[in-house]
Amino acid sequence: MPDSSPIIAISALVKQFGRFAALRGVNAEFGTGRLYVILGDNGAGKTTLLRGLAGLVRPTRGSISILGTTNLRAVCHELGYMAHPSLLYDEMSGMENLRYFARLYGITDQHRCSAAIAAVDLDPALARPVSQYSQGMRQRLSLARVLLHDPKILLLDEPFSNVDGRSAGAMVSLLAQMRNAGKTIFVVTHQASLLESAADEFIWMDAGQITTRTRELRPLEKR
Amino acid sequence: MSKSSGAVAGVTRATLAKDLRLEWRSKDAINSMLFFSLLVVVVFSFSFDPNAEESRQIAGGLVWVAFLFAAVVALNQTWARELRNQVLDAYRVSPAPANSLFLAKALGNFIFVAILETLMTPLFIVFYKLRPLGPAWQLIPVAVLGTWAIVVNGTFFAAMSLRTRSREIMLPLLLFPVSMPALLALVNATTAILTGELSAKFWIVLLTTYDVVFTIACLLLFELVLHAE
Repeated sequence: MPDSSPIIAISALVKQFGRFAALRGVNAEFGTGRLYVILGDNGAGKTTLLRGLAGLVRPTRGSISILGTTNLRAVCHELGYMAHPSLLYDEMSGMENLRYFARLYGITDQHRCSAAIAAVDLDPALARPVSQYSQGMRQRLSLARVLLHDPKILLLDEPFSNVDGRSAGAMVSLLAQMRNAGKTIFVVTHQASLLESAADEFIWMDAGQITTRTRELRPLEKR
Repeated sequence: MSKSSGAVAGVTRATLAKDLRLEWRSKDAINSMLFFSLLVVVVFSFSFDPNAEESRQIAGGLVWVAFLFAAVVALNQTWARELRNQVLDAYRVSPAPANSLFLAKALGNFIFVAILETLMTPLFIVFYKLRPLGPAWQLIPVAVLGTWAIVVNGTFFAAMSLRTRSREIMLPLLLFPVSMPALLALVNATTAILTGELSAKFWIVLLTTYDVVFTIACLLLFELVLHAE
């Protein structure tokens, strides 16, 4: 029987930066093994919500509970966070980057790095530095970094920006596979139509609040 | 070795190796430090043109002020790397211990400043006609302890000023006042060894105490700095 308790519970979450409130009382629960797409205009609070889930910003008020705890440091090994910037060292190759980040999670097995890089359709033998990668290749390498430690929850901020159509399709298939394998995935994107077939739920945010949750994409967002 | 100290050592080694690799490829910190120190050596040498006796009196201050200013360049560079592409966030979301990052950065900076000192010391000796009259071997512990005093605080305050708008100005503002006791000890110890007039032992003990106190304080506080918003 599947576990029906939420993997993530957000309660009255407020995040203020000075006098600006980026999140204004977000309440939500999210289940295990589902792919959520977070949509909204610029400044709606999508990235702040994702950074809050990753433990990078602390709530001003309210709480975030992940895997039953509000101490997000205790569950950080179960989270994979992909930001809008690549979070990669430009002067190192893809494999050098992954080997370093693997060590941060206590992983010494080189094959895990090769497997992660191959999963996003990049060549593990590619020796050139990341600064010489195209933007799409960086995005895919960034996704490989997230997959390295096999987290239960993936937080992906704009994973398809500057990725060509074929690669974006491959990334969506990979995300669907991982969701089917039981991972919970959050994708912040402005390209919602890419995920129309794979997503379980679409979450609309506006002015720091979740305004709507639907199972299907509204016609206006099908761009 | 316990599991947690093993993790600290493993991540420290990996982060240090990564920083050395990045510096080897870019040479940002080393080149800037060398250029700055070279300017100080040459400009001051031509400005004062001291004789051997005068050199022994002023060289301690000159050398260590030059190394302190040059170290600031390296300290800013090593953290600036972590800001490009927001790579520091990848560390912050990982379970890696905060102290591993601090230790690796401090050790990396120690190596960079030690390389600078090794390359610049012969030039100082030539330009300022230096010949120590005291026990020259004591210059080695003074240099090691003094360099650690500079980089341990420098690494900590550089991390603290990372998120400020004018971090290049903020670092010296924070670092120099805190470094005054160490700088005083360094200059007096070096001068004592060069002139041979006094013993440098008191200053070496002071430097050791300073290093122990500030290393512990930085290790205790670094997690707060790393995870601050």
